[in-house]
Amino acid sequence: MTRQPLILHLIRDDRGGQIFIGLLVATLLLVSISNLLMPADSVWHLSTYAVTLLGKYLCYALLAIALDLVWGYCGILSLGHGAFFALGGYVMGMYLMRQIGERGVYGNANLPDFMVFLNWKELPWYWFGFEHAWFAALMIVVVPGMLAFVFGWLAFRSRVTGVYLSIITQALTYALMLAFFRNEMGFGGNNGLTDFKDIIGFSLQSDSTRIGLFVASGVALLLGYLVARYIVTSKFGRVIIAIRDAESRARFVGYKVESYKLWLFVVSAGLAGIAGALYVPQVGIINPSEFQPLNSIELAIWVAVGGRGTLYGAVAGALVVNFSKTFFTGFIPEAWLYGLGAIFIIVTLFMPKGLVGLIKQRVVPVKAAGAA
Amino acid sequence: MNRLSKMSAWFRTESAAPNGFVPAGAPQDFGSHLLREGEIDTSHKVILYLEGVNVSFDGFKALNNLTLYINDGELRCIIGPNGAGKTTMMDVITGKTRPDSGQVYLGQTMDLTQMSEHEIASAGIGRKFQKPTVFPEHTVFENLELAMHTDKRVWPSLIARLSLQQRDRIDEVLNTIMLGEHRTQRAARLSHGQKQWLEIGMLLMQDPRILLVDEPIAGMTHQETERTAELLSSLAGERSVVVVEHDMEFVRSIARTVTVLHEGSVLAEGSMDEVQNNPRVIEVYLGE
Repeated sequence: MTRQPLILHLIRDDRGGQIFIGLLVATLLLVSISNLLMPADSVWHLSTYAVTLLGKYLCYALLAIALDLVWGYCGILSLGHGAFFALGGYVMGMYLMRQIGERGVYGNANLPDFMVFLNWKELPWYWFGFEHAWFAALMIVVVPGMLAFVFGWLAFRSRVTGVYLSIITQALTYALMLAFFRNEMGFGGNNGLTDFKDIIGFSLQSDSTRIGLFVASGVALLLGYLVARYIVTSKFGRVIIAIRDAESRARFVGYKVESYKLWLFVVSAGLAGIAGALYVPQVGIINPSEFQPLNSIELAIWVAVGGRGTLYGAVAGALVVNFSKTFFTGFIPEAWLYGLGAIFIIVTLFMPKGLVGLIKQRVVPVKAAGAA
Repeated sequence: MNRLSKMSAWFRTESAAPNGFVPAGAPQDFGSHLLREGEIDTSHKVILYLEGVNVSFDGFKALNNLTLYINDGELRCIIGPNGAGKTTMMDVITGKTRPDSGQVYLGQTMDLTQMSEHEIASAGIGRKFQKPTVFPEHTVFENLELAMHTDKRVWPSLIARLSLQQRDRIDEVLNTIMLGEHRTQRAARLSHGQKQWLEIGMLLMQDPRILLVDEPIAGMTHQETERTAELLSSLAGERSVVVVEHDMEFVRSIARTVTVLHEGSVLAEGSMDEVQNNPRVIEVYLGE
């Protein structure tokens, strides 16, 4: 047997993945060059606004991979994955709030503005440590991961599956939204966290930081893809597909189904957390509306549109739906939700394997004939 | 509960080695015999005990004070009319259904009513379902790989690579079940009989001490049926095989001891001839 570097091994039989990685790297390079090196009046110049928008989409794409991992490969339709995304975002928000220091409106070096406004005298204990970048970076995966662990442990051990699981995940994100709306929680209530100044010493207003965040999102997406790809191509991946298709058979063969689901769910939540953390500095705010159930449902639609169980399909879905959203909401904003609903219906009825499945149908028969 | 049974498994392993020397993390010889999961204590010849087992669903008594012993290495056929409790009995043994009362033991020491499905499976009980259930999206080869007797916890699965011996073992089973040419085919595309065979192959890969086989020949051709009979007979001796089957001709061809279930308990037990001449069995089968 020949030994290949792991990364090549991971995408060897993954045509879609190869295309995706190629496009991603090219986009990262071209966008950076076009924004930083081209003069502002050139047609080749890409505005910082557009870069930020693209960066946002890359975060969404990573979130879609996280959902595809549990839904496409293990049949766990989580309708609360937005919660893990938002928690990662809040962790980043807390770090960014602490970076403001005395540059806030009230000039209090220790307390974020909203706490001064609420007459709080000292920092709540759960805000400790968030002034350190390394601590925040750790918490970005630990906080969503912990929630996923506790939630998953309870749900999977009780063998909650299918639509019931979807409903309680939906309830989870709704409950978190209500909780984060409360000022007493200490996360800025309704307004959330905003007015960020800089991130690890770089000003968030500068173009180069924006590009840095954009590239970081792209790299996170790439690494997230490879991690997910490693998982699904390992024996662990074959076990979770087996669980998806014949859960009780998997038990009788000797797999502890709960553990497999639980760890997959935790990893997925961690990826969603990273996506959320990279999203927040680019949009400049995190507030409880990120927890709203609708976001998580939209996320499921991205994955369904792109095609479940391929990973790159989820990326494609996230990009296509969000580009159309940006396009149509600029154009006929009232119609967007109807448009989204229509896309979902069309995909469910006519393209059960999503856009990716449609393309495969066209391409694969030719390839198979060539291979035979 | 899980931890307890794991600990007791340790104790048994230690007592199995009189010097008390059990090297921690010693390389396990996968595929041939269980080490850490604990030996099954068959010192009394019996490998599976069911004593006074009761199961009821909404007032319907599926198992009624069922008492049954399976000897180590025996091939036992279980017959009985519909609703006699055959499948429920298998559910109880494999941990899918918990009995309302009664005892179910594997060997002298393992209380199956306290173990979960996957623990029972790794302790050495393999099951073939009535309706063939394989993993449809996986290839035939992958189905066997997934069933293989090895460390099935999360982390080992994440880094598992097939060794040469493991590949050989899979090839061997592929030959036994005559699916060698279909190794890279998705299991969903197999015929019904082939799926039955694949499931039997998965059982073999699990390397169990007891095989519970529910209606193995449904949907098989005459030839396939014959081969199944041969295979099951050849497995007995080293392993115990419990077959539930409706096809009397098939049962006659393989059975040494037959147990007749009726309304959730044992109606008769003995050789095929004894059982067929038993007046109570005739009454149940032929009606009043």
